[in-house]
Amino acid sequence: MVWDALTLQLGYNATLVAIGATLLGVSAGVTGTFLFLRKRALVSDAISHATLPGVCLAFMVLVALGGDGRNLPGLLLGSAVSAWVGLLCMNWLTRRTRLAEDAAIGAVLSVFFGFGIVLLTIIQTMGAGRQAGLEGFLLGSTAGMLWSDAFVIALGGAATLGLVLVLRRPMTLVAFDPEFAAARGLPVHRIDLAMMGLVMAVTVVGLKIVGLILIVALLIIPAVTARFWSERSERVVLLAGLSGGLAGYLGAALSASAPNLPTGPIIVLVSFGFFAVSLLFAPARGVLAAVLRHLRFQRRVHIRQGLLALAQGQTIYEPLTLRLLRRAGVVRADGVATETGKARAAKALRDEKRWQVVRADLAHEATAALYDGLRDIETVLTRDQIADVDSRIGGPQEVQP
Amino acid sequence: MNGEEFVPLSLTPLLIGTFAAIACALPGNFLVLRKQALIGDAISHVVLPGIVVAFLLTGAISTWPMMLGAAGAAVVAVVMIEAIRRLGQIETGAAMGVVFTTMFAAGVLLLEQTDTSSVHLDVEHALYGNLESLIWLDATGWSSLTDPQALAGLPPELPRIALTLAGVVLFTWLLWRPLKISTFDEGFARTIGIRTGALGMALVIAAAIAAVAAFDAVGSIIVIAMFICPPSAARMMTNRLEMQVGWSVLFAAFSAISGYVLAGYGPLWLGGTDAVSAAGMIATMSGLLLAVAARFGPCRTRAGAPVSG
Amino acid sequence: MLELAAVQGVSVPTPDTQDSPLAIRGLTVSYGQKPAVFSVDMTVQPGAMTAIIGPNGAGKSTLLKAALGIVPMVSGQVTVYGKPLTEQRARVAYVPQRASVDWDFPTRVIDVVLMGLSRQLGLLGRIRARHMQRAADCLRQVGMQDFADRQIGQLSGGQQQRVFLARALAQDADLYLLDEPFAGVDAATEKAIITVLKSLKDAGKTVVVVHHDLATVTDYFDHVYLINTRKVAEGPVAQAFTAESLQAAYGGRLATAQIDQISHALG
Repeated sequence: MVWDALTLQLGYNATLVAIGATLLGVSAGVTGTFLFLRKRALVSDAISHATLPGVCLAFMVLVALGGDGRNLPGLLLGSAVSAWVGLLCMNWLTRRTRLAEDAAIGAVLSVFFGFGIVLLTIIQTMGAGRQAGLEGFLLGSTAGMLWSDAFVIALGGAATLGLVLVLRRPMTLVAFDPEFAAARGLPVHRIDLAMMGLVMAVTVVGLKIVGLILIVALLIIPAVTARFWSERSERVVLLAGLSGGLAGYLGAALSASAPNLPTGPIIVLVSFGFFAVSLLFAPARGVLAAVLRHLRFQRRVHIRQGLLALAQGQTIYEPLTLRLLRRAGVVRADGVATETGKARAAKALRDEKRWQVVRADLAHEATAALYDGLRDIETVLTRDQIADVDSRIGGPQEVQP
Repeated sequence: MNGEEFVPLSLTPLLIGTFAAIACALPGNFLVLRKQALIGDAISHVVLPGIVVAFLLTGAISTWPMMLGAAGAAVVAVVMIEAIRRLGQIETGAAMGVVFTTMFAAGVLLLEQTDTSSVHLDVEHALYGNLESLIWLDATGWSSLTDPQALAGLPPELPRIALTLAGVVLFTWLLWRPLKISTFDEGFARTIGIRTGALGMALVIAAAIAAVAAFDAVGSIIVIAMFICPPSAARMMTNRLEMQVGWSVLFAAFSAISGYVLAGYGPLWLGGTDAVSAAGMIATMSGLLLAVAARFGPCRTRAGAPVSG
Repeated sequence: MLELAAVQGVSVPTPDTQDSPLAIRGLTVSYGQKPAVFSVDMTVQPGAMTAIIGPNGAGKSTLLKAALGIVPMVSGQVTVYGKPLTEQRARVAYVPQRASVDWDFPTRVIDVVLMGLSRQLGLLGRIRARHMQRAADCLRQVGMQDFADRQIGQLSGGQQQRVFLARALAQDADLYLLDEPFAGVDAATEKAIITVLKSLKDAGKTVVVVHHDLATVTDYFDHVYLINTRKVAEGPVAQAFTAESLQAAYGGRLATAQIDQISHALG
């Protein structure tokens, strides 16, 4: 069953949903990355919640004009307008008042959503059953998706992707360093608005499939996931699109394979699965790698400190230092230095002296900046340079037992 | 309107709405000042999965397990956000976005997977509450307030939210000084022995409890409005924390009462026949209040922010 | 990145650290993989005014913050008057960098000073006339008595710094730790602060200041502690504040002319 779903053999509707979700995943992942790099991920939460009043108003207008209230392009247009109004409110609050951005986001999202709920209850009284399609916009509803709906989603997704492609350079610059971008003459505020506009477009496109509450996940999670795997912004964008698209595809296929598996939540959970794996196991930024690195680092600090203390004949009080020194064969069980220990302590002290010379010397300024107490001097100076330093220190120092 | 109509139909929803709004606005003051307003957002989204899990474990819709479930979910969410932020070096906003959307999705999925058709637990209710239904059918008028038999028929949400409000007030009163100091200057707070980490967690838990208790009244999304709008509007009115908290309580009560009244009677005044969502109207009113305060409040702009040397 | 867990050993006070207001042994603090402070010792002399100096990013503020438990350490021991800090909090007052707080916070000058009394007041103690009197006294000492009811955001940078100092005075501690109190303040404030600090010293208190202005070290302080990730020198200004130790601490980053000037001033 799952295999059938993955190979798009579960029928017309399931196939449409899978294609739509994949496209949505890619464009949300790519767009969301810029938002994430700009450190404004949760602005998308305000934008998405602010679509609700627009959807309702559009429905009311459509009905008033005598049409079918469930015309998707009409509803999406309405949602875009109200999301834009929400965005402007948020900008006004942060620029013109003392409110911080987080409070402005929360205020806009909750008030617009609340107002949307008011409108929804008005629509409910307009005629029984006619609002049924609207509540689907909260959590998405893919049942009974039409070919025309899929077409709108595909078109919207593709258009968004195209715009991102055009705007990627200025958006990356602004996300990375807005002040520098402003100094280079880029209209930072307008680029920010364009970025928000793209987020809004993705949100609107995604309303039908995942709904306004969960679209935020599609914008944020793939970007965060991708960030674990690369330090280069273009790659992060690419990887985010990939993981977003894959999550959309797998999620849609899985949800079609069994009853009671709503599409939106499944896509989000698949996406989170990718995130969790990345968080734990990514090679450089993952938790596992960080834990190992930290333990190694702590060991180095303690051993180095212990060696210096030994060389200067100081007593070591820290149990962890003593334990590590013992394990490294530097001291015996009673805390007295072994022969190797004495040699290593002498070397540590000598390196420390060498560093002192290096750091006091104008000629070595660039090297001196690398000093952190742990770096081996051999890694930054050539043998000749070390010999030169040594000649300034004088003969080897005696190590006290 | 006379007491015969008002007491059974409107008194309890009004009280519940007002208590809920105040219980959220109190911790909201500190959340907004700590730039943690969106913790309220995260908490309110994870209330749903918390309640669903509690329901799955106990098999019944009962108050205390659900409160526990939701508060537990809030703690899990905050711990996860903190863990992702630190372990993954991810900015707080993005970490929140990952956690609360995932937990919300899990909640919706669980809800769809479980047969809850026999009980009153559905997504829409969770999202925007059901304040209108919290009526007091046993009441016949003002005299019912002294009638023990009628009082026994009060909707259980009322004593629950009243108790929560009392708890939140007590929390704010007891920990006022440490909360104020650590919100203003965390480093200094630590040097005088305030355990800022534990205090921050306590604030989040207090907010979570308020959110859960208010959940029945206004639903999980609109709770955010109660956390953020009254304190933000109050921030525009004064430059003293004591006064700000006072204003926020006033604004919260005003939003709740005016929102409820407008939702119930507004459509009638406009010639309609049916009431609109009270929860939605309360959020709308709090937003309007914020807009007015942001436009006309005496302290609406930033005081001369220091230029660091 | 992993938040570095504090790996504190058992504190064993040695005789020479017993009476020191602040004794640090083997302190290493790291942000990420690069130690900001590596294996430093420090023994603050009682009743003295000590300057912690060193180039930017040398770990001056980090040293202070780690000693106070504000940032976690990778290794090291800190004692305050021979005991762990947690038992001696009432004897320590800290003045953070001005930029570390949100000056838009809704509170008045007098309220900030009253925060310094919070250990006395406890959780629920009422603020009585004598507390207000004390806070007003502290404000007067830093010349800010006329600003008691101002919102803190409406003050100039120097005035904000003086309010922070007044809060520390209200704590009535024995050891005062100040992080860059002279950074970006006007001349009047600098004068007011140094006057207060000298009067603290005259009252037998110990003062430690993270300082960046080498030109005023000899005028203001009697002890100096030079740091650049590692301890470079420590002792009375006449002995430790020398051209050699400055060269060692600042390396090529300090113009030789400047060092000449300072060593000239030292005689």
